[in-house]
Amino acid sequence: MAWGLFSFRRFLAVVNKEFIQMRRDRMTFAMMVGIPLLQLILFGYAINSDPRHLPTAVLSADNSAFSRAIVAAMQTSRYYTITRHAASRDEVRELLDRGKVQFVLTIPQNFGADILRGEKPVLLLEADATDPTAVGGPVGALREIVNRAVNTELDRAFPYVVRGADPVDVRVHADYNPEAVTQYNIVPGLLGVILTMTLTMITALAITRESERGTMENLLATPVRPLEVMLGKIVPYILVGYIQMTLIIVAAKLLFQVPMQGSVVLVFVLSLIFIAANLSVGVTLSTLARNQLQAVQMSVFFFLPSMLLSGFMFPFRGMPDWAQAVGAILPLTHYLRLVRGVLLKGNGLVLALDNLWPIALFWLVVIVIGVKRYRKTLD
Amino acid sequence: MEPREAVIDVRGITKAFSGKVVVNGLDMRVERGEIFGFLGPNGSGKTTFIRMLCGLLSPDAGEGTCLGLDVRRDAARIKEQVGYMSQRFSLYEDLTVRENLDFIARMYGLPGRTEAVEAMIERMGLTPFAGQLAGRLSGGWKQRLALSACMLHEPRLLLLDEPTAGVDPGARRDFWDQVHALAAQGVTSLISTHYMDEAERCHRLAYIAYGDLLAQGSAEELIRDSGLSTFRVTGPDLHDLTLALRRTPGVDQVAAFGPALHVSGRDRAALETALAPWRGGAHTVTAVDTSLEEVFIGLMRRGRA
Ligand SMILES: Nc1ncnc2c1ncn2[C@@H]1O[C@H](COP(=O)(O)OP(=O)(O)OP(=O)(O)O)[C@@H](O)[C@H]1O
Ligand SMILES: [Mg+2]
Repeated sequence: MAWGLFSFRRFLAVVNKEFIQMRRDRMTFAMMVGIPLLQLILFGYAINSDPRHLPTAVLSADNSAFSRAIVAAMQTSRYYTITRHAASRDEVRELLDRGKVQFVLTIPQNFGADILRGEKPVLLLEADATDPTAVGGPVGALREIVNRAVNTELDRAFPYVVRGADPVDVRVHADYNPEAVTQYNIVPGLLGVILTMTLTMITALAITRESERGTMENLLATPVRPLEVMLGKIVPYILVGYIQMTLIIVAAKLLFQVPMQGSVVLVFVLSLIFIAANLSVGVTLSTLARNQLQAVQMSVFFFLPSMLLSGFMFPFRGMPDWAQAVGAILPLTHYLRLVRGVLLKGNGLVLALDNLWPIALFWLVVIVIGVKRYRKTLD
Repeated sequence: MEPREAVIDVRGITKAFSGKVVVNGLDMRVERGEIFGFLGPNGSGKTTFIRMLCGLLSPDAGEGTCLGLDVRRDAARIKEQVGYMSQRFSLYEDLTVRENLDFIARMYGLPGRTEAVEAMIERMGLTPFAGQLAGRLSGGWKQRLALSACMLHEPRLLLLDEPTAGVDPGARRDFWDQVHALAAQGVTSLISTHYMDEAERCHRLAYIAYGDLLAQGSAEELIRDSGLSTFRVTGPDLHDLTLALRRTPGVDQVAAFGPALHVSGRDRAALETALAPWRGGAHTVTAVDTSLEEVFIGLMRRGRA
């Protein structure tokens, strides 16, 4: 069974040993299951909080009954609170830039007249989408609010006008973070963040534990090779990664009714590379760390930039160039795009590959560093 | 006697940790089937040297072979044929005795693994503990488990770092009987120990202090080469006598042995003179054979000086 440098038999022995140890280490096991659930529930409140009364400015070039009806309906929906009436495009820009308002509603000239002529005038809502969870609810409800207001007005004052299903073309323009307006963006984010955090830490600990407990001495005295140990320590935790993914996706669906457009199966399959990449980071970190505390610190050192620069916390395109450059290396950045694409936009395999190869490349580089750095002696 | 095949043959092995030389140009030759004792005070570099032999540490300088393989280049192949027992227990405490042995057996690709593991458990008297976590074993039983683990793949060379520390006398005797039985089959052992009775059971010995090899040879050779003569003194007030003798020229070392003192010196005549005042009085002075213990105490004193 042994071919050249790699023995499958020894690799399986390491896998088997890791499984036994994982089973007996209740604390770590609890952490592996507990952290994803805890985070999901904490973030889940953010999903659920469904903010109301968001400050909104109106730039209106039309003074028809329809305009007034829409503005009034938005007020009463309680999602929007009209705080200002803007006079110009410049003012709109400034209000959004300064964060004075979350939304700006622009009503074009002849809006009322166009409705009556059945021309479907464009109603533009600009959103400050830096906080996607905040804008999700109001934006989702807007079309409904507008159409109901317009239809009510038509019924009341112009019952004889012929109209289509949607008398108005409602357009939403998300500023700052165009891809983030999608509601429930948080689930792909959480998947990636939780996997990054727990998996790097778990493997980093799994190897430094051997040095710290002195078992490395015995392991190194046997003929086992570095790659067998490293892969043997990665494989059991791939399963852990999948358990975490399942937990998050099931909980997101059951607890928070997050809609999923695309193929969950595809996400599961493609996540393998991402999980392996994070586990390899853990293994490689453990070759640098001298003890478990250092291993934890180093994995935090990897986790923080992943969280901050991947587009999870801040919109990717809004970051300075250097931060984007760093972010582009991190697997989480690409994983977020991948999962968003598949889960929310319904992308298929071909489109997903665009975001898969940078993760695979990262994985390859890290594992090579790990094998090179892995200490074959106790020096 | 024809020179037998050398199992360990190294020269000039040197290792320093952050500038401090811990093993200093050590030469060692151990032949097939030999039981080679490795002695020296704490921190003298025994563990470090043994680790270099089995590829756990890379020597800073020196060269040689272990089982005919180059210690520097062929570490991987040496590991397959060596049974190393570390000084500190280094099996998995969260695995059972059986799981530990099974893991080791798989590492060496043992054919008939399950039977081999069960046979070893039986042979080492581990049967009652087979399903118990290794971390819950008493110290002595841990040692026996570690010993079982390093003998499992029937290595040609055993490198045992204080294998009997903390082991009860009965188990120690079993251990030495086993080592001798293996030696008869051609298995070579390098064993570090602090016990004199164990040193006497070895075919040959090396004594190392602070990284330097001070003496090497059979017990008789070491005693002869030390040039020490020893007298046994019994009588009252031995403590005061010790202090007085230590200041007397001609006396190199004084050590208490139960109700007696062993007084040794390299110059027999000078020693006789030194002891003359104590003869005929309340004390009895008799010439005895110098033992290994006196030799090592002497080596240790000079090593430090
Ligand atoms: N990994 C290491 N890093 C730094 N110093 C070390 C290391 N290992 C050993 N030393 C030092 O090397 C010296 C020799 O240690 P070694 O363990 O070889 O002694 P020993 O003869 O086995 O002692 P003992 O009888 O107590 O087991 C000691 O001073 C020790 O502090
Ligand atoms: Mg030692």
